[in-house]
Amino acid sequence: MSIHHIRVTINGKLYEGDVEARTLLVHWLRDSLRLTGTHIGCDTSSCGACTILVDGKAVKSCTMLAVQADGRELLTVEGLEQNGKLHPLQEGFHVEHALQCGYCTPGMMMAALALLKRNPDPSEQEIREGISGNLCRCTGYVNIVKAIQYAAQKLREPEQVPAGSGGGGE
Amino acid sequence: MTTTSAGPHVHGLGEPYKRKEDARFIRGKGNYVDDIQLPGMLYADIVRSPYAHALIKSIDISKALQVPGVVAVITGKDLEAAGLAWMPTLSGDSEAVLAVDRVLYQMQEVAFVVAESRYAAADGAAAVEVDYEPLPVVVDPHKALAPDAPLLRPDKKDRQPTNQIYHWETGDRAATDAAFAEAEQNGVVVRQDMYVPRIHPAPIETCGCVADYNAATGKLTVWMTSQAPHAHRTLFAIVSGLPEHRIRVISPDVGGGFGNKVPIYPGYVCAVVAALKTGRPVKWIEDRTENLTSTGFARDYHIHAEIAADKEGTVKALRVYTLADHGAFDAAAQPTKFPAGLFHICTGSYDFKHAHVAVDAVHTNKAPGGIAYRCSFRVTEASYLIERMMDTLAREVGKDPAEIRLQNFIKPEAFPYRSALGWTYDSGNYERALRLAMEKIGYEELRREQAEKRARGELMGIGISSFTEIVGAGPGKHFDIAGIQMFDSCEIRVHPTGKVLARIGVQTQGQGHETTFAQIIAAELGISPDDVDVEHGDTDTAPYGLGTYASRSTPVGGAATAVAARKIRDKARKIAAYLLEVGEEDLEWEPGRFYVRGSPSKGKTIQEIAFAAYTNCPPYLEPGLEAVNYYDPPNLTYPFGSYICVVDIDRGTGEVHIRRFLAVDDCGTVINPMIVEGQIHGGLTQGLAPALYEQLAYDENGNVLGSNFQDYLIPTAMETPRWETARTVTPSPHHPIGAKGVGESPTVGAPQAIANAVVDALAHVGVRHIDIPITPWKVWAILKEKGLATA
Repeated sequence: MSIHHIRVTINGKLYEGDVEARTLLVHWLRDSLRLTGTHIGCDTSSCGACTILVDGKAVKSCTMLAVQADGRELLTVEGLEQNGKLHPLQEGFHVEHALQCGYCTPGMMMAALALLKRNPDPSEQEIREGISGNLCRCTGYVNIVKAIQYAAQKLREPEQVPAGSGGGGE
Repeated sequence: MTTTSAGPHVHGLGEPYKRKEDARFIRGKGNYVDDIQLPGMLYADIVRSPYAHALIKSIDISKALQVPGVVAVITGKDLEAAGLAWMPTLSGDSEAVLAVDRVLYQMQEVAFVVAESRYAAADGAAAVEVDYEPLPVVVDPHKALAPDAPLLRPDKKDRQPTNQIYHWETGDRAATDAAFAEAEQNGVVVRQDMYVPRIHPAPIETCGCVADYNAATGKLTVWMTSQAPHAHRTLFAIVSGLPEHRIRVISPDVGGGFGNKVPIYPGYVCAVVAALKTGRPVKWIEDRTENLTSTGFARDYHIHAEIAADKEGTVKALRVYTLADHGAFDAAAQPTKFPAGLFHICTGSYDFKHAHVAVDAVHTNKAPGGIAYRCSFRVTEASYLIERMMDTLAREVGKDPAEIRLQNFIKPEAFPYRSALGWTYDSGNYERALRLAMEKIGYEELRREQAEKRARGELMGIGISSFTEIVGAGPGKHFDIAGIQMFDSCEIRVHPTGKVLARIGVQTQGQGHETTFAQIIAAELGISPDDVDVEHGDTDTAPYGLGTYASRSTPVGGAATAVAARKIRDKARKIAAYLLEVGEEDLEWEPGRFYVRGSPSKGKTIQEIAFAAYTNCPPYLEPGLEAVNYYDPPNLTYPFGSYICVVDIDRGTGEVHIRRFLAVDDCGTVINPMIVEGQIHGGLTQGLAPALYEQLAYDENGNVLGSNFQDYLIPTAMETPRWETARTVTPSPHHPIGAKGVGESPTVGAPQAIANAVVDALAHVGVRHIDIPITPWKVWAILKEKGLATA
């Protein structure tokens, strides 16, 4: 098995490593770099739990080889929070109760981020289409749609959305 | 309530308090089993049978051992030598951990390979050579009992040579038969065969574990995807012979359970064996195909149901015969006393005077299971059959499905209600829930619209499900898991500064216990939920409990929590009386504070009392402020609801479009309405799934046809409608805070609302039943047959 040296920028930080040619990107992220926020749910690019951004586009990292990430820029869930401030999607998922077991959540937020990058003001139907590659078994999607709407509005007009009422955590 | 101090807002019961657990999950900082990485850890992969039924002639592991990175290969024979080749199931059967000489279903575990990496383990598994001799396969449970059927379990030497697992009956057969004879003469009898298909819970996180044995201390730690860590610890102790205090089971963050993570699977046992054998930690994580094809399936009930009624449609008797397909091993999750679980709740929300239920369970060449998938032990099957049958009865007597239900509901004044099959329903008001649902959705208007559309040739259907749930097992005298009584527990420690650590015997897989259980304590003690941390899932720290499934967390664990908090308050009262130099009977409680009756300014907050418990405790009391409660519920709880579904059917493609779905739920007292609504949304989606999409089908050779998410169709956001919810509140009279549990109601109640809507859309052309999942193909075939298809 051939070994390859790769250099990948992840969440703004440069990572280097030697990987087997067959190593899946998601395994490199999780097992080697210990970025375990990206999850594995199906190994067949059906469930979207492993969704990350590669050069700004949503990619299922169980279906990409680590060597294919060489020289590219990745964003994972760990990179959403900036300087102690939650990303509007993280805030939206909390405020709108868009997660339960939390397992699909990182992939769902990354898919939503890719959607909002290409369509800052999506309709409900466009949101549903945008996350249709991501399975959630807990929430029934209703609150995920609301969370993405929350984030979309906040990203468009940051001062308009009132902070969520009550609540633990944040 | 008199308020004498402007204390902080409590966020107790009934408040949509945001979840405490979200903070880690939205940052990708959860700690799921596959996130655990220990120094020197090995990875495992399992060699599985490609055949549904075969003899194992030989297993050659020599090539596998030469694969770079492979450390060990364990076979059934190795386990047999250690006395570990078989393990007990939740139903008292013995299940092969690794097959020794015979495989009984496709994907059964045959060998366990451990290696330095995931990839090396997979390479090693691929290099294990197994020589099989295929045997005839039994897929159809109806054929399993035929005299010439191959005997699947010759290992069951204490039993008759048959594929039958059990025959079980309950109810009054003679009275039921008499009522049917009467109805045949002077009333109506409706009959229907229906199949509730084999499905899979398919949590997005599959099952897995990390087993770590410390030879120096003799302590085994197993992090595992477990919905019942204490029960699993006890089973590990019994199976392995290791002393129970040297076993620690930790259920970390769990990515959905839904009943899938209640059983013990061979992979867990093999990981433990491999850790003992190699002296290194071993991680086993199944892939999606392994999850769908080998771990606990649900349902698979072939049901024949009959209702006897008078000519007006007033029900008299229910008669049910069911053939249950349990697969190769009887691993069904149910209490010992009730082999078909709570299936005999099947009289549902209706006042049947007589009923009789018979169930035969059989072995087939399919994966073992029969777990309670988001359902309290076969309630889903029961509710489906009665709600489908009430619609069939309505057609027979020419009444609206709503009318037939209102006519036959158990009346509110009849509670506590003793059902013909022996259950005591705690409380209910079924008519109120259905009338609210009809009013909110505009039932009469929808019926008018349907009539107009029908006249134009358009197909629209309205389906109702007025289900009754039965959840919250125990009481312990009737319910057990592998012999252990089903109580649950809570331990509360109030620290000197008034902050609280609570540990509970139930465990969360997304239900939000860290928030809702904090709210229960907050409400009882008058403090903020932010000041209460709830821990669970670690058998070394949490009090013994039976775990979370069958909607038992709130009914049992929640009750234990409320009672433990009240013990804290009782002691706090004694301390307050001492501090205030008055009698206990002179004190009044308001949230967070005791004060002297008549002198509201003279009082002590719970924080001041907590501090005194450690610094200035009355000499006649033990210092400290802690309490434990083990709660054995006096009865089950009976949540209920009325769901109405509106569908439109495409005459060209047979596709069913859910236009609206309104769920009115009554789960008694609501702890957190936001979380309750979230549970309902998710449960409805898991009810939609088997109604229209999901089925674990097998071909005639026993090949699984739904072994990945391309073939096993979990609804995405595109298939899932925008659920509408509403609620009534009928508290449970026997629960300390009146709560009943909610997580499973929507999964139990929804499939038949959808099925009833589709049948309703086609009722005018004589359709009375379509088996779920109602696929476009099934609908299109009916449209074609009835001359309604436009393509």
